[in-house]
Amino acid sequence: MAGGLSFTAVESTKLATAEIYGKTLCELGAENPNVVALTADLAGSTKIGDFKEKFPNRFFNVGIAEQNLMGIAAGMAKGGLVPFASTFSVFASLRALDQVHTDICYQNVNVKIIGTHSGTSFGQGGSTHHAIEDFAVIRGLVNMTLICPADGIETGLAVKAAARTQGPFYIRINRGFDQTVYNTEDYGFEVGKAVEMFEGTDLTIIACGSCVYQAVQAARILQYDHKLNVRVLNMHTIKPIDKEAIVKAVKETRRIITVEDHSVIGGLGSAVAEVVVESGKACAFRKLGLQDKFSAIGLHEDLMAMHELDAAGIVKNVLEVMKADFEVDEDWGDEV
Amino acid sequence: MALTKQEWLSLEKEAHELRKLCLQTTNWAGSGHMGGSLSSVDILVSLYYKYMNFDPKNPEDPDRDRCVVSKGHIGLALASLFAKLGLIEVEQLKTFNLTGSKLGIHLDSNKVKGLDTSTGSLGHGSALALGLTLAARVNGKKYKTFLLLGDGECDEGSVWEAAMATSNFKATNLITIVDRNKMMIDGKTEEVMQLEPFADKWKAFGFDTIEVDGHNFSDLSNAIEYALNAKDKPICIIANTVKGEGISYMAGNYKWHYGAVDEEKFNTGNKDLDEYYKNRIARVEKEGK
Repeated sequence: MAGGLSFTAVESTKLATAEIYGKTLCELGAENPNVVALTADLAGSTKIGDFKEKFPNRFFNVGIAEQNLMGIAAGMAKGGLVPFASTFSVFASLRALDQVHTDICYQNVNVKIIGTHSGTSFGQGGSTHHAIEDFAVIRGLVNMTLICPADGIETGLAVKAAARTQGPFYIRINRGFDQTVYNTEDYGFEVGKAVEMFEGTDLTIIACGSCVYQAVQAARILQYDHKLNVRVLNMHTIKPIDKEAIVKAVKETRRIITVEDHSVIGGLGSAVAEVVVESGKACAFRKLGLQDKFSAIGLHEDLMAMHELDAAGIVKNVLEVMKADFEVDEDWGDEV
Repeated sequence: MALTKQEWLSLEKEAHELRKLCLQTTNWAGSGHMGGSLSSVDILVSLYYKYMNFDPKNPEDPDRDRCVVSKGHIGLALASLFAKLGLIEVEQLKTFNLTGSKLGIHLDSNKVKGLDTSTGSLGHGSALALGLTLAARVNGKKYKTFLLLGDGECDEGSVWEAAMATSNFKATNLITIVDRNKMMIDGKTEEVMQLEPFADKWKAFGFDTIEVDGHNFSDLSNAIEYALNAKDKPICIIANTVKGEGISYMAGNYKWHYGAVDEEKFNTGNKDLDEYYKNRIARVEKEGK
């Protein structure tokens, strides 16, 4: 199989996304004696317990000390290892940011950060355990590659890609189970390349993470109920972002909605907006996400609905943006 | 093995040359972190000229001993040391702090060969050094990792996160040396943020500690040799030093954390360093064996 995963798409539906990460990490550990796993008292939560069982000498639990986690990982990378540092996204991106910035990114070392419980996926944990600013923070770091996989299969592929690519990676995954987006691993996953999930020219929905599943649902409803052909892009790599796919969407669909389980400030929406503005082309644009507000306590699905990140919320927003009659602008003909 | 008189004299010479080169570089650059550089000189010379398995001709050797200078603002001392070791040219020191230079206040390990880690944000070196030490364990390598900490940066919680982990992982191949010059930017460590009882803190974190005169090569050697033979507990050497040691108007003055050296100060400083060297040699003649 193209990505070299040892489990099938069907099997992946029975695994939490972090379990797929844990399984993939074990495979990497078997392939490469330099792969080590670190965590800050979250071996169970980040599902790397199997790695600990199989490779006890390559597993390091640093206790509840995320700064130390990232610093040690950077030192290990300087010593020639390939460290996978796993903790909750909110701690990886905020608590340990200075270490991620200076020890990992500035030194440009081969550390792979796996942030779990991202977005609002640890719903009942509340805002201290939601990661809604990590894209904004991590995206600004030099040398960093930032990936937010859409489901378990994509997580496995992203982790493998990170392992074979030199340099810092931040992979953001959810707590618990994700809806299955891919029924095969052979869909051409490539770091930095968006995947077209649904064809269309009326509008483009650009989504990442668990919002990809919702966007595809929305596109199907829009097609049948509203006779709209909406393109859906899975923008799994937030940095470096696929500029080509975005500019193509601007030119061919003239309307873009971004959907992310993250603040609308600094994340996927902002990254896409930067490309749209630099393209010099007119485009109706809307960002769905957390509207500069902390989230609430609740189940992830409910929080997704609360922030209009579910299929119904996306449909509603698409219909609103479709009503924008910007095309009558008399300057429209100026652009190339 | 105690330091022989011959070795001691040789280290004194290297340290004297390094202090002078630090002053010269500061003069070329206009200003520099002289205080904390001068307090660390003897520690750095002990490591790079005596104890570290490090060949400047083969600075990427995977088996070399590592040195993490957590007090990263002494790029001045490190660049001058590396020039003396032939890792960079002495002429390159004239570019120190210039726009686009590879050398500056905090050195970049991606630009300076032989530098094991980039530091600058304080309190980071401990975890980096522990990571290097654990990497040796995973890879079955025998190298030692030396960690040079400033005392002021021990205010950072991350130092103690790493200290706890160093002792937890029984990382005895990691040797911690604190440059205890008792000063930080805003004043005396004990006035800004009390560190004492300092050795007790390290002991409470599972370390064996030794306190030495950080400007006495014989003392430093005994301590490092003791640390190199550590079996059960990691060692923390608390090297009592003087900020700005060797230059009359800098020594013991916290304001010389960072400062400008004009021609007059340069000339006075050079005379002071020559005088200081004479006294150091006299001590070796008296105490050396």
